[in-house]
Amino acid sequence: MTAVSKSFVELNNVRLRYSEGDELALETTNMKIDKGEFIAVVGPSGCGKSSLLKLVSGLMPPSEGNVIVDNKEVSGPLKIVGMAFQNPTLLPWRTTLDNVLLPMEIVKPHRNRLRKHRAEYEERARKLLASVGLQGHEDKYPWELSGGMQQRASLCRSLIHEPDLLMLDEPFGALDAFTREELWDILQNLWMVRPFTVILVTHDLREAAYLADTIYVMSKRPGKILVARENTLPRPRDQETTFTQPFTDLVHELRSHIRDVRES
Amino acid sequence: MKKKLNLSKAAPWLSAIGLFVLWELIVRIFNIPPYVLPTPSESIIVGWQFHEAIWMHAVHTLYTTLAGFAIAVVFGVVLGALVGSSRAIYDAANPLLVGFNSVPKVALVPVLVMWFGIGTVPAIITAFLISFFPIVVNVATGLATLEPELRDVLRSLGATRRDILVKVGFPRAMPYFFASLKVAITLAFVGSVISETVASNVGVGYLMLSASSKFNMPLVFAGLLVIAVMGIAMYEIFNVIERRSTKWANRGNQNI
Repeated sequence: MTAVSKSFVELNNVRLRYSEGDELALETTNMKIDKGEFIAVVGPSGCGKSSLLKLVSGLMPPSEGNVIVDNKEVSGPLKIVGMAFQNPTLLPWRTTLDNVLLPMEIVKPHRNRLRKHRAEYEERARKLLASVGLQGHEDKYPWELSGGMQQRASLCRSLIHEPDLLMLDEPFGALDAFTREELWDILQNLWMVRPFTVILVTHDLREAAYLADTIYVMSKRPGKILVARENTLPRPRDQETTFTQPFTDLVHELRSHIRDVRES
Repeated sequence: MKKKLNLSKAAPWLSAIGLFVLWELIVRIFNIPPYVLPTPSESIIVGWQFHEAIWMHAVHTLYTTLAGFAIAVVFGVVLGALVGSSRAIYDAANPLLVGFNSVPKVALVPVLVMWFGIGTVPAIITAFLISFFPIVVNVATGLATLEPELRDVLRSLGATRRDILVKVGFPRAMPYFFASLKVAITLAFVGSVISETVASNVGVGYLMLSASSKFNMPLVFAGLLVIAVMGIAMYEIFNVIERRSTKWANRGNQNI
């Protein structure tokens, strides 16, 4: 292993306790994620998957070890990360368009340019919304949208400032199966057009197999990475892919890892 | 549909008229003497006889109440913002606020009179003291109940505390704020009238006190009715403002 690495995100011997004297929430974890790589983390609930996201984005400091993003040690919240959760958390007093533009009001240098170049930014937001199938809904309020549409808008909000790092915490968990699979395609398309590094936390093994380049299986608490499985299924993956033998084999393999975790 | 709408519009008037009729009947049937409980009709007639005096006193009470209320809004918003945005300030201020709110404000009026003399100033201050608490609590609650995920989204974009407060905290606290205004304005009337009753020579509170010392119970009740009407009017005004400015928060109640 060389001292200089080309990984975009690195976790070195990271351990996490929520507070001093607590039992470990995350057992010694090492991870390397390349720039533009799409990884998924699967595991039983309560295994610290979401904590992993908070560690990488700097919202929570590790108790031991260090986290390196873009060759810099993370010491506070990173300022460029896109995030989306199971709960779309759109602001109900803003239209869909204004919700998507929210990061532009915060991220530098956009926040200083937004007022003068409003039209340009709106155009950009409209384009992004159109690419996820939300054209014509820009001026609606979030509560006028269905759950799937809200989640699409939330995805747009997490990507509008073109972050290098996207954190997704079970973003499609609350959606019905058809909408969920539609959104897999949308996310895959966005990622293929402009590759950004994605960390997707999910408990849906098919979702992980459909989207990720590498799938990490975590143990139950204290969380620990048991398996890092590469997924070389060709892209773009589509509905047909999910019926092929390699895909189902992969899902079966992941399932058996999870079974071992639960029984251990 | 149209009939139903009319009925719901008429409902408050019907219930008010019903109460007056019931009151009138009870007094007449049980032959209650007017120095114990006057009939509403008598109160209204006497109120009309004294309408010039009542008008003068009512305007004064309204002015006092609104002045105290305005101070309460400014003070309540500032303190609520502080308490709601910092855990440490919340912990420090909370017991003091609760303790202060538990003190009956009527007990403070003599103190205020010692400091400011009899008249309008203690009434304004009492109105302020009694009405700021719900504003503080509601503004603080609105700010403190921000979803943790949303906070994470904003922080990972590099948002400062101030950004979060301005972009999300305040807009989100607006429905709480307006709800508290409705409560606060009615409390402000309580405060100003209490103070006028104890230590003033002007205002509806003073009018009622002087009427009762002359055993003019119908006039006392006329004063009570005037206060109630002013309270309802102010409450409705803030109700309308609330619904106009925070439509998004009332989206579920459109057909009620």
